[in-house]
Amino acid sequence: MPVFHPIDVDEAVELLARRGPRRILAGGTDEMVRINHGAAVGEGEEIVCLNNITELRSWAFESDRGVLVIGAAVPWTELASGAIATLCPSLAEAARTVGSPQIRNAGTLGGNVATASPAGDGLCAAVALDAVAVIRSAAGSRRVPVAELVTGPKQTGLGPEELITSFEIPLTEGYQGYAKVGVRNAMVISIAGACLVVDEQHGISRLALGSVGPTILRCPEAEPLITDVILNRSGNTARLDEIVGSVRSAARPIDDHRATADYRRHAVGVLARRLVTRAISAREENNT
Amino acid sequence: MTGSKDDREFELTVNGKRLTVSGAPVGASLLSVLRDNLGLTGTKGACEEGECGSCSVMLDGNLVCACLVMASTVTEASIATIEGLAASGTLSRVQEAFVDHGAVQCGFCTPGLIMAVSDLIDRQPNADRETIREELAGNLCRCTGYGRIIAAVESLLNEGDL
Repeated sequence: MPVFHPIDVDEAVELLARRGPRRILAGGTDEMVRINHGAAVGEGEEIVCLNNITELRSWAFESDRGVLVIGAAVPWTELASGAIATLCPSLAEAARTVGSPQIRNAGTLGGNVATASPAGDGLCAAVALDAVAVIRSAAGSRRVPVAELVTGPKQTGLGPEELITSFEIPLTEGYQGYAKVGVRNAMVISIAGACLVVDEQHGISRLALGSVGPTILRCPEAEPLITDVILNRSGNTARLDEIVGSVRSAARPIDDHRATADYRRHAVGVLARRLVTRAISAREENNT
Repeated sequence: MTGSKDDREFELTVNGKRLTVSGAPVGASLLSVLRDNLGLTGTKGACEEGECGSCSVMLDGNLVCACLVMASTVTEASIATIEGLAASGTLSRVQEAFVDHGAVQCGFCTPGLIMAVSDLIDRQPNADRETIREELAGNLCRCTGYGRIIAAVESLLNEGDL
């Protein structure tokens, strides 16, 4: 089992262009669980370890484009605080809900997107933020919105020779927040999750729902209502009820070992109401 | 079963010592290599999926679960385990605090918690109770002896005020 430690993306994608079985290893918080629990590494299987690629572990704010570029292997701990948390609060809130300090020191946003769990906290935030994945292979590069890259539970449009190198997140002015429910207050895989991003400049909102469908779901019918309630201060109980109803209609949950579909549908409505209420309060605080 | 063994040898730096690992299974976790190949059994293993924290170690200064680290990928890293804390025979202040507060029941979670608490008091010397509980969320005590564990941590963080 050769282990490769490419030092840059060019070297990594050259390795991925070779034929034969291989695994990409970044934080290891998903892949090592699979290996420990029986998906053993085969003889001759190659491990391409991304830990030494500085480019993947760094981030930058490109002010001319208004875009935050986050390396795919930046760990949750770094996303959860400091400058990224100021620039992109919903991603930071999502990052803070991932696992424990141990997990947040290792796990990465790139891994979360590539794993493509419908419960992925970072994935939910990335969809609400309209994040674009920058993907490299030996043949070239392409940019794909995260919402399009993930095609189903644990399914993506990534080829075996491709590597997510970064995410481009357009920065917005306005409220952002992430909320989820699980069986504990910490260390939980979400039973339902929601991320709200209000873009005041363009007068739009994006609400992404996690764990209530085969992939992260947007709420095209609820979003204009949310924008109206938040930006035009037209919030009242009836309008909020309408939003919650619309969000619950957008959800497509299933029963599984973590929760029933009914519970998930109910919970995601509660989360949506919570986020919209927080957005209204945040705006009122800013305007006083 | 020779097919499941990695025939390569690799080296790890554990508690400042360069150690040679040979015969570890392909893709073995740092947890299993520490325990089964290097005989460092202070680091405990239970869930092997990052839930319980009993295998917490420091990797290049970051607290991680050793079960989620592939050992052969961290040959250049600096690894610190529970064995390194009292290498000279004198307990660390975190270990002393656990003893003083009776913060140990069966003891299985203790090495992982000692590592996590050592990291916590370095990073957040002013943590309040809520922060302590949040920061230690990844370390499970199946005896549920959290009260004394939290008391031990608080005693460390309040030392400056006394």
